[in-house]
Amino acid sequence: MATADELRELMRTEGAAVAENTQGFNTGRYDSVADLEDYEALKRAARSIKEDAIEELPDLLDQLTETVEANGGTVYIADDAADANDYIRGVVDERAADRVVKSKSMTSEEIEVNDALEADGVDVVETDLGEWVLQVADEAPSHIVAPAIHKSRESIAELFNKQFDPDEPLETAEELTRFARKKLGEQIIDAEVGITGANFVTADTGTMALVTSEGNARKTVAATDTHVAVAGVEKVIPTVGALHPFIELIGRSGTGQDITSYVSLLTPPVDTPVVDFTDDETPLSEFESDRDFHLVLIDNGRLEMRDDEHLRETLYCIRCSACSNSCANFQSVGGHAFGGETYSGGIATGWEAGIEGLDVAEEFNDLCTGCTRCVNACPVGIDIPWINTVVRDRINRDKDAPGEWLVDGLTPDEADDGAPLQKRFFGNFETVAKLGSATAPVSNWLADTTVARQAMDRILGIDPRRDLPTFERETLVDWAAARDSKVTDPERRAVLYPDLYTNHVQVERGKAAVKVLESLGVDVVVPPAPSSGRAPLSQGMVATATDHAERVTETLEPHIEDGRDVVVIEPSDHAMFTREYERLLDESAFTDIAENSYEVFEYVFGLLDNGGSVDSLSTVTGAEIAYHSHCQQRTLGLEAHTVAVLEECGYDVVTSDVECCGMAGSFGYKSDYYELSMDVGDRLRTQLRDDGVQDRPVVASGTSCLEQIDALLERQPRHPIELLAT
Amino acid sequence: MKSKRASFEGALEALGVTVSSTAESDLEAAVTEAVTEPAVGIALGETAGDEAFSLTETPVTVDPTPVALREATTGVTGAELGIGDYGSLVLSMTEEASELLSLFVERHVAILHEEDIQPDMDAAVAELDERFNETGGSAIIATGPSATADMGALVNGAHGAREVHVIIVEEEA
Ligand code: SF4
Repeated sequence: MATADELRELMRTEGAAVAENTQGFNTGRYDSVADLEDYEALKRAARSIKEDAIEELPDLLDQLTETVEANGGTVYIADDAADANDYIRGVVDERAADRVVKSKSMTSEEIEVNDALEADGVDVVETDLGEWVLQVADEAPSHIVAPAIHKSRESIAELFNKQFDPDEPLETAEELTRFARKKLGEQIIDAEVGITGANFVTADTGTMALVTSEGNARKTVAATDTHVAVAGVEKVIPTVGALHPFIELIGRSGTGQDITSYVSLLTPPVDTPVVDFTDDETPLSEFESDRDFHLVLIDNGRLEMRDDEHLRETLYCIRCSACSNSCANFQSVGGHAFGGETYSGGIATGWEAGIEGLDVAEEFNDLCTGCTRCVNACPVGIDIPWINTVVRDRINRDKDAPGEWLVDGLTPDEADDGAPLQKRFFGNFETVAKLGSATAPVSNWLADTTVARQAMDRILGIDPRRDLPTFERETLVDWAAARDSKVTDPERRAVLYPDLYTNHVQVERGKAAVKVLESLGVDVVVPPAPSSGRAPLSQGMVATATDHAERVTETLEPHIEDGRDVVVIEPSDHAMFTREYERLLDESAFTDIAENSYEVFEYVFGLLDNGGSVDSLSTVTGAEIAYHSHCQQRTLGLEAHTVAVLEECGYDVVTSDVECCGMAGSFGYKSDYYELSMDVGDRLRTQLRDDGVQDRPVVASGTSCLEQIDALLERQPRHPIELLAT
Repeated sequence: MKSKRASFEGALEALGVTVSSTAESDLEAAVTEAVTEPAVGIALGETAGDEAFSLTETPVTVDPTPVALREATTGVTGAELGIGDYGSLVLSMTEEASELLSLFVERHVAILHEEDIQPDMDAAVAELDERFNETGGSAIIATGPSATADMGALVNGAHGAREVHVIIVEEEA
């Protein structure tokens, strides 16, 4: 795992270029998909094609092999990297090739074919300009689509000027591109073998789709007489027609282009004549189109992933990079920290765990905070956070239990014995919070002493620069139990879920919620309830989280049966009930709680929409306010409800549009990640300090966001429900 | 509803691709106007219609040698289809080396029959699905000029054509 020092160094050297590029791609994605009339339908189509293709993979591979061979090509299915490299070396050797030109292919990076060929004395040239920059610089890709995303124009110019010593020093992007085009153009035309990847391969006709922008893949195929295409076995889809949703989605999802310049649909061997580029007598059409074609399909762990209930979804990935670009942490550190041997970004956890093993996934898996912002961005609807959670759980279990008295005392069940100390502390925050309230205010004094903070830093990795939550002596549940409902003839009846923070720390927002609901004629009860399991889930403690989920449903079920709606203040807990519990509970238990749960503003919105009067709430005329929604709330499409209600109450609302505040539950508390968390938070700070925003009071829905904003700004933020209480 | 052609031309413009149109009988004049010399190209018998457009009355060297190709500025080829909503061209890969002529040049001039403009990507892929399944074949869906952002800013003309011009051959009235 990258240490705080390593992350700081990466942010210093590569952070600016990575941030600018990924955010540019991410904004481009939002704009580009907004132009599609049927974005969701295209994503559903893409998903179902991939689901079916992986289900029928063995048959499709047989069909593809038959078709390619009938077309005159060869198919080789390689068990692993070494097997694939042996085969490719054989092809190159048989052709007696001195030079191999390559277009960009992550799968060829995975097998490290360059090293294998270079060891044989073959000159291997990357022709994608980004890949070529990295080849010259001897650096690793930091992004699956734009591999040199971490390099600025200035650093590329410096590299080229040093390496090639051109007559005139190169400076602009235009000059650098011209230079590379010329240099690579000469190398392409006298190469014998061209290696490409393949984004998709169709079983019906043996057609491969290559999605590129520069034209180097076209040249790599057209200028050589031996074409080797390297792809994972998961790239096969049934028909040419099935390419349609992917062609529309892949560019938009990745770099935000509606479509890349070239989508090559090649059914090799292609008819383009193989010419001698130094011939000045023979017309082009008189050259023969004698080409050898080898399709090397790589297993390398994929067929095992297919049999793995949780990793299987990874195989649907079309490597578009949306999950990298939409990820707040990735935007700060890039793929050199947030990546494994080959792949980077959120889905890399699945790829690296399946291909390389858990130890590689462990190196970066912590950087996924489960914010879910990639979920709606993924064109094939992969639950990327879930894959990260499952892999984290497996990594925990791989470890020996730490056996520390402190945390063992905090871990009531044996189920997640494997999780390391820090993960178990955060995972069992419920116990801490209960103890905290019971002993407040003494607990708060103690926790804030230097000695205590040093111990927490050393033993638990809690960063001393973070303020700790201040526990309230009277919990929300106690407060509610001690008062009578103000509603005599209720419109509706609800159970307000006392999430951990509302109950112990931010009790005021809980009281405000009760008052607002009562003003709108809702009878509210606040029973004691277990915490949702969000905390253990985010630490990869799936068994503990499941236990929480079961206890929560047991607690809430009688209320639901009694006709009460479940209202949730904390968005991350609401997302547990309506999203994550699907993985943890049986179907009927999940449906029951999911269908009856509402985020508090979603509920208020519904009440107002159904005849509730805004006059019973506290209203204003045009007061200005800034609102930061919560990542998981936005993924569920529930930001709009808060904005609408605030506007109905007379507020002039501006909203932030950063993907995440950076705190992400316990993430920002951890010593290793504190600075990264603040770097991510800095983007929110910038927006909240913008002209026209800087003087507005700030409201935010999530507990973590509130804590983060509190640390970022002078202004103390509040939960928006507190504005509405009379 | 915008016509297929209007939406196609709108999309081309947004991509920075220039367009001209001509009647079949005036094609050679349109080609002459569109090319920057030295120009090379393909005999358009197959791709431009029933009549074999020889391009003999143009500055274009048809079926050039490899060296002439490398020295050329403009490459003239046909396009099989246009795709209305994206401004894409579907380029075939023929034994006459249309792939080389559209790719190893600075400026690509593509000749497209108006009736070959498909309304959208869905229709174009369906058409290719049918063709590939019947007769095999390959195609490039080319949208705008070749481009890269790998050198720190967006630059046109990475490995492929830096400029693209489309000549639409209008249907006879
Ligand atoms: S997981 Fe989804 S979003 Fe991420 S690269 Fe793969 S397809 Fe794209």
